[in-house]
Amino acid sequence: MTQDAQEAVGDYRYGFHDPESATIRFDKGLSEQVVRDISELKNEPEWMTDIRVKAYKHFVEREMPTWGNCDSLEGINFDNVTYFLRSSDKTEKNWDDVPEDIKRTFDRLGIPEAEQKWLGGVTAQYESEAVYHSIREDLEEQGVIFLDMDSGLKEYPELVKKYFGTVVPHSDNKFSALNTAVWSGGSFIYVPKGIHVEMPVQAYFRINAKNMGQFERTLIIADEGSSLHYVEGCTAPTYSTDSLHSAVVELIAMEGAKIRYSTVQNWSANVYNLVTKRGVAHKNATVEWVDGNIGSKLTMKYPSVLLKGEGAHAEIISVAYAGTGQHQDAGAKVHHLAPNTTSNILSKSISKGGGRSSYRGMLQVTPKANGCRSKVVCDALMLDEDSRSDTYPTMEIGNSTADLEHEASVSKISGDQLFYLMSRGHSEEEAMGLIVNGFFEPFTRELPMEYAVELNRLLELEMEGSIG
Amino acid sequence: MGEMMGDALLRVENLHVSVEGTPILNGLNLTINRGEIHAIMGRNGSGKSTLANVVMGHPAYEITQGTIHYKGSNIEEMEVFQRAREGMFLSFQYPASIPGVQVGTFLRKSVASVRGEAPPPREFRKELKNAMEQLSMDRSFLSRYVNQGFSGGEKKRLEILQLLLLQPDLAILDETDSGLDIDALRIVADGINSIAQDTGCLVITHYQRLLDLVKPDVVHVLLDGKIAQSGGPELALKLEDEGYDWVDALA
Repeated sequence: MTQDAQEAVGDYRYGFHDPESATIRFDKGLSEQVVRDISELKNEPEWMTDIRVKAYKHFVEREMPTWGNCDSLEGINFDNVTYFLRSSDKTEKNWDDVPEDIKRTFDRLGIPEAEQKWLGGVTAQYESEAVYHSIREDLEEQGVIFLDMDSGLKEYPELVKKYFGTVVPHSDNKFSALNTAVWSGGSFIYVPKGIHVEMPVQAYFRINAKNMGQFERTLIIADEGSSLHYVEGCTAPTYSTDSLHSAVVELIAMEGAKIRYSTVQNWSANVYNLVTKRGVAHKNATVEWVDGNIGSKLTMKYPSVLLKGEGAHAEIISVAYAGTGQHQDAGAKVHHLAPNTTSNILSKSISKGGGRSSYRGMLQVTPKANGCRSKVVCDALMLDEDSRSDTYPTMEIGNSTADLEHEASVSKISGDQLFYLMSRGHSEEEAMGLIVNGFFEPFTRELPMEYAVELNRLLELEMEGSIG
Repeated sequence: MGEMMGDALLRVENLHVSVEGTPILNGLNLTINRGEIHAIMGRNGSGKSTLANVVMGHPAYEITQGTIHYKGSNIEEMEVFQRAREGMFLSFQYPASIPGVQVGTFLRKSVASVRGEAPPPREFRKELKNAMEQLSMDRSFLSRYVNQGFSGGEKKRLEILQLLLLQPDLAILDETDSGLDIDALRIVADGINSIAQDTGCLVITHYQRLLDLVKPDVVHVLLDGKIAQSGGPELALKLEDEGYDWVDALA
């Protein structure tokens, strides 16, 4: 970012961090004892401790994943990661009780704005645990449960026990095993039958401690005929040492329910962002992932939907921006397991300054899934000759009645576009910012307004950063 | 950039321009003052669009000899966007489409860039509403993507809408009349006339029909990258009646 750009937006968002004020911090590295200590400290029921320990053992034995840019994972030093950090001793429900330095950070992130009317509630994950959590009264009146995951486990152990790990089992991959062993924070949401949550429900996450791993765990259950839009945004301060973010998100949409999960992530350029996101859609249910990835050193993220019930629908819209030294290895997976299920995948990526973006997709139609439809569109925009874009679509089609479309395009910014915009007073950087924002627009228009504005601003800053 | 008293708005002297090594303009001279409308006519390939692009600063056009002075300064080193901010405007013959960028956003940002500050939202809305009414443009234009899927006539109207909003000192209109039906042509001409009093206009056209509606002070005939003949409005009428063959004889 240029000095001017920095001044223009103030020093918010990217490079600041409060002094670490952790009250409890574990040594670096992981062992069964660390896992047991985390569980004990949280006063968890024994079954959760058992799950954690089992997952830890699986993590140790499990090979690195083979799906994705797996060579780059060699750079992770698991012994140099702190697996648990708690910045304040108890979860706050009242803003007044939140410690001052944490508040200051949130001020700069614009959290107080999140109190505006259109928000359904706020869970802000500071370091490893939610410190602030409020639910608007109308949500409570509707019987909607919206808690941080730790509180969810305490207050609704039966619900958590019933669904935890049913969509993403610990044995799914090495990083889901790691998350299951050491998870902390994240959100737990239950929407009762027939309830429609009109306003987006929102949470912020960020990494604020050197080498601090974030292992949040989110579980969302939308009961029959209900609907929910959950929004999650990430910004991370810049640090020089590698940092690991490995979350697990499980969504369960019961018959006729609809869940939309929107994310904009802007990790600093040293973060490994390895996230397992998966949703199950039962009969006539819809799961939608709206997923934006900017920043990080390596992102490997393939939001998935299991279309388990007849007539279920999946919608996955994702964008990725890869700048210098970054690899966005992102995509989508849809499994058509039942008849008459449908899916749409739209993936847009931008590579700049030698960055690399890849679309890695999986589309599966099982033999008994008659009459399925799927459309996949991948568009890549390359901003210079040094950058790279690849597409790795995998299809396993076991049913000949499937109606499948796949389109892919790679484009560059044209000289005509630049000249046209510059003739209207826009500098080259501003012109590129406009073009890039336009390219992402099919994604951006799906976001709540303030996220859309922030994303556009971020991209404009990225364009200002390295031209000339 | 201070404009000196008595100096021309645009002064092009002995301009030679090449594109990818091929000479297109070969010693062109042209002076335009504020409030003047100059028409440039000529066959395809005579260098009309090259003149428009090189004055606006298109990087593919290389000045091999001669100068362009704008408001008294040599602008050879000036970037395209700086020229725009100094009040220069080009209405494109084939404006580029910008997918995903809404017309409303594009107009607001362009006005902010050229004026050097964002216009107050309420005033801008009013300004926009008036200009669009003047051009008989529907509000739905604002939410469409810039030039994407536009008809030829729609593209030209959007160019003239920008002309009205940006209020340039020098307006270069490159075949703005082509592809317009008579009603659209009249609307576009009214738009040009509404800004012409304080603006220097360079109107590039093939056809007399625009010049019936936008009265030029001077008409130039371009031939082989040079101005072969200049005159009053009667010159355009002569070209309409007799074609360009008699101009060849002058060369």
